[in-house]
Amino acid sequence: MTLLAFDWIILIEKLILIAIIITVSLVVAMYSTYGERKVAAWMQDRVGPNRAGPFGILQPLADGGKLFFKEEIVPNSANKMLFILGPALAMLTALMTCAVVPWSSSIVLPNGHTVELQIADVNIGILYVFGVVSMGVYGIMIGGWASNNKFSLMAAMRGASQVISYELAMGIALIALLMMSGSLSLKTIVLQQMEGRWNIIYQPLGFLIFFVCAMAECNRAPFDLPEAESELNMGYHQEYSSMKLGLYLFSEYVNMFISSVIMSCLYFGGYDIPFFDEAKHFSPNTAAIIGFLVLMAKAIIFIFVFMWIRWTLPRFRYDQLMKLGWTVLLPLATVNMLATAGFILWRH
Amino acid sequence: MQALTNRAQSVDRKPMNFWDKLYLPAVFKGMAITFGHMFRKKPTIRYPEETRPFSPVFRGLHVLNRDEEGRERCTACGLCAVACPAEAITMEAAERLPGEEGLYREEKYAARYEINMLRCIFCGLCEEACPKDAVYLSETFTPSDYARKTFIYGKNDLLIPDPKTQPAELAKAKGLN
Repeated sequence: MTLLAFDWIILIEKLILIAIIITVSLVVAMYSTYGERKVAAWMQDRVGPNRAGPFGILQPLADGGKLFFKEEIVPNSANKMLFILGPALAMLTALMTCAVVPWSSSIVLPNGHTVELQIADVNIGILYVFGVVSMGVYGIMIGGWASNNKFSLMAAMRGASQVISYELAMGIALIALLMMSGSLSLKTIVLQQMEGRWNIIYQPLGFLIFFVCAMAECNRAPFDLPEAESELNMGYHQEYSSMKLGLYLFSEYVNMFISSVIMSCLYFGGYDIPFFDEAKHFSPNTAAIIGFLVLMAKAIIFIFVFMWIRWTLPRFRYDQLMKLGWTVLLPLATVNMLATAGFILWRH
Repeated sequence: MQALTNRAQSVDRKPMNFWDKLYLPAVFKGMAITFGHMFRKKPTIRYPEETRPFSPVFRGLHVLNRDEEGRERCTACGLCAVACPAEAITMEAAERLPGEEGLYREEKYAARYEINMLRCIFCGLCEEACPKDAVYLSETFTPSDYARKTFIYGKNDLLIPDPKTQPAELAKAKGLN
C-alpha cells in the first residue's frame, strides 16, 4: 500500500513537471520564431515584425492562429496515415528529448518534500538524447515519403543522409567528453562542472564539432538542405498545409531550443553560474530558480548564435556538406577523441 | 577593356591556404559584419505613422479649387479632359443661373466633373492645361477601398472645403493643424 501511495505522488509530481517543461519549451520555441524574424531583420537593417502588439510580441500568436485556420490538405496520392504521422513524430521526438535534461537543482516544498527539477535522471541520459534525436529524422523521412512528391522525397533523403553523417562526428566528439566525465548522466556531468571547471575549457575542439553537428542535426542554415527552397521548392514539407506544416516548422525550433540546452549542459555547466557559488549565498529554492534562469539565458544565447549563423552564412551544396561531415569533422573528432584518451591515460 | 566605373575590383583567384581552408576565420569575419549591422540605424519608414517627405512638385490625387470667396473656379472648358493622356476626366457643363453668383465664379460651370483615379496616371497635364487654376494635384495618395466604382471621384470628393463656411476643414485638408 505504501508503495502504491508513493508512486501516486511521484506520478503527479512528474506529470506536473512534464506539463511545465513542455509548456516552457513550446513558449520558447514560439518566441524563437519571433526572435528569428527580429534577428534576421536587424541583421538586414530592417525593423522586423512590429504590428501585432507592442514591438510585435503577439506575432507568434497571430502566426499560430493563421496556421490553425488554414485549410487542411492531404494530397490524393499520399499515404494518409504516414502523412499525418510525419509531423506528429517530428514534434514528439523534439519534445521527448527534454525528459533527461537537468533544468536546475531541486526545490524543497514546504512539507519537506524535495522535487528534482529533472523528469528522469537516467544513467544513460545522453545516450537517450542521441536515440531520440536520431529518431527525429523519421519525422522528415516519413513526411517526405508519404507526400508522394519527388521534391519532398529528395529533401527527405537529403535530411536523412545529413543527420546520419553528422551524428557520427557528433557522437565521437561526445565520447571524448564522456571519457573525461566517466558518466552518461546529464545530471552527473553538470554536477562535475559545478565542482570543477566547465567542459568547454577541456574540450574546445570537441565543442566546436558538437556545435557544427548540432546545427546540422537541427537542419539549420547553413545545413538546411532538406528545405532548400531554390532547388527543392520547399523541401520535405512541400505538400503540407495548416497546422501539420506548423508542427514541422515548430519542431525545428523546439529542436533548436533543446539542443541549445543540451550544449549548455554538456559544455557550459548547465545551471551553474560562472565564478559564483550560488549554494553559499542563496537558499536552495532561490538557487534552483536562479539556476533555471541561468540555464535559460545560456540556451537563449545559443539560440541567438544559431540565428546569427543562419543569417550570415549561405547554404552548403550537398557534396560540400558530405565532404565536410565525412572528411573533416569525422577525422577531427576521432583525433580529438584519441588525444583526450591519451591525455587521460598519461594523467593516471 | 576600360572599366565603366572606378569601383571594379579584381577577383582573388589564389589557391586557398590553410586558414582559408579552415573557413572559420572567414565565418567569424562574416559574423562580425552581420553583428555590426544589428546596431545600424534602420532606413525603414514606418508608413502609416511616418511618411516620406515629398518634393514640392509631388503629384497626388486631384482637388478642385475654389477662390477666396468660396466660389468654384472651374468653368467646364474641357481643356483638362483634352489634355489628359489617360482619358480619365469627364465633365458636363451647365450655365450659371441668376442668384448662383456666390457658388460659381464664371457664367459657366461644371455640373458633373469626374476623374477616374484608376485610369489617371498622375502626370499633372490637367493641372498645366487649366486656364482657371481650378484643378490641382495634391499630396494625398494611396487611396484604398473595396469597390472599383468608388475610385471614380465626383465633385463631392474633389472640391476643397469652402474657405468661408468651412475654414477649419480647409485648414485640416491643407495639413496646417
